[in-house]
Amino acid sequence: MTPIEIEKVFRDEAGRALATLIRLVGDFDLAEDALQDAFAVALERWPAAGLPSNPRAWLVNVGRNKAVDRMRRSIAFRGKQQELTHELLLNASTSCDTADSAFDDDVLRLIFTCCHPSFDPAVQVALTLRTVCGLTTAEVARAFLAGEEAMAQRLLRAKQKIRLAGIPYEVPEREMLEPRLRGVLAVIYLVFTEGYVATSGANLMRPDLAREAIRLARLLDALMPGRGEIKGLLALMLLHDSRRAGRATAGGDIVLLEEQDRTLWDQRQIAEGLMLVEDALRMPGRPQSYAVQAAIAALHARAPSYEDTDWPQIAGLYEVLLRISPSPVIELNHAAAISMVDGPARALDLVHALEARGGLKGYELLPAVRADLLRRLGRRDAAREAYQAATAATQLEPLRRFYARRIAEMG
Amino acid sequence: MQYLLLIYRSEAEFGKMDAAARKAKTAEYGAFTQSIIQSGHFKAGDGLQPTTTATTVRVRDGKTLTTDGPFAETREQLGGYYLVEAKDLDTALAIAARIPEATIGSIEVRPVMVYD
Repeated sequence: MTPIEIEKVFRDEAGRALATLIRLVGDFDLAEDALQDAFAVALERWPAAGLPSNPRAWLVNVGRNKAVDRMRRSIAFRGKQQELTHELLLNASTSCDTADSAFDDDVLRLIFTCCHPSFDPAVQVALTLRTVCGLTTAEVARAFLAGEEAMAQRLLRAKQKIRLAGIPYEVPEREMLEPRLRGVLAVIYLVFTEGYVATSGANLMRPDLAREAIRLARLLDALMPGRGEIKGLLALMLLHDSRRAGRATAGGDIVLLEEQDRTLWDQRQIAEGLMLVEDALRMPGRPQSYAVQAAIAALHARAPSYEDTDWPQIAGLYEVLLRISPSPVIELNHAAAISMVDGPARALDLVHALEARGGLKGYELLPAVRADLLRRLGRRDAAREAYQAATAATQLEPLRRFYARRIAEMG
Repeated sequence: MQYLLLIYRSEAEFGKMDAAARKAKTAEYGAFTQSIIQSGHFKAGDGLQPTTTATTVRVRDGKTLTTDGPFAETREQLGGYYLVEAKDLDTALAIAARIPEATIGSIEVRPVMVYD
């Protein structure tokens, strides 16, 4: 095995191995250090010995032994050898349950711990990417456009809070599960949206983050089967992500939905997404927001062309969304859909009403939607001004280039 | 009469202290605590973990809202306290949410320092 192959295996297994190690050694930092130790041993041994039959169990076992070594050293240092070593060794001697189900339970615990509501949402995302997805601190820092040092500090404080504030390492009780699961799904969707349209930088998309989000939702769907909101979110992300190859040129320029080559869309992912939407919508109870959003994405995915898209039904689904989870962003999307049904003038009225209420102050796509409607109405001067406002509001290079193109087209 | 003595300090300055300075400070607190125990004034006292471990709880429209970090409103003032024993943060937050003031004010939940 080459180091690159080993690194790939490690990356795939790190989240689950870490989740189990945390339970076994009862400490986030110790488990992380021990897993890094195990990775170092793997780099040393696997090139000659080959991949173990169960790499995850191997990493957990070696990691646990390394944790015991580390404990011994620090206990000896603090002169408290007897009691603690005994306790830890006792734990270590009980055979490690390496059945997949035990690993799965640990991953669920880890996800719910990282997404604990006592953390700031940004911290929840960072902690999830670092521990559950196994991204390095540098990679997490890049996702947040933060310095590595600052991100390391933030992660350190978060792990300290887990330990000092007594954040439980468990899946919440039944009555707490619903709100907590909503929080977990929101974190996964935040990871995805950053991958779908980056906040800033040279690239429109960050496929690695979109992939991680989809992987997490898949995992959650497998661990907590039969939940409409999980299936809905997974469907939504699969359908959005299926258009990835069509959404940008080789040079990194944005290709709008209306101009996309639909043969570039990932049909396998669309098929899976469509199946999941149907499953999600068939679940008992009132429709879930993610499932309805996925149903909208499904209508786009099924449409043979932009013009032949079922716009009235899309506008109708946005109205459903406005009832079950009203938000200014949904209102803006609804207005965009209405522009395809009742025309841009009616949509512009809706956008103006929305602006007047001040609900979307600072939302960077608001001037962009307004600019597009004004352009289609032939109101060039106002459109140009709106595109300029849109340009000032974004830090994403491909969006800036796109707005510049629109301004140039209008002469 | 009973009085609550609240200790305010700069966490940043405290973080800069070296091991020897910390040890000296701990000894100073030990001596002070002993002296008020002996004089019969002492009722209870604890150190708190830093504000980075704090969670603030509010209940609005029947929903519990949690915020990462300490209470930071200057329009509300400290009005009381409870010291509770709870198995984990979730339990402590659930108790905090039941304090009557949680529906109009804020409850800051801070873990108490444990010395081993």
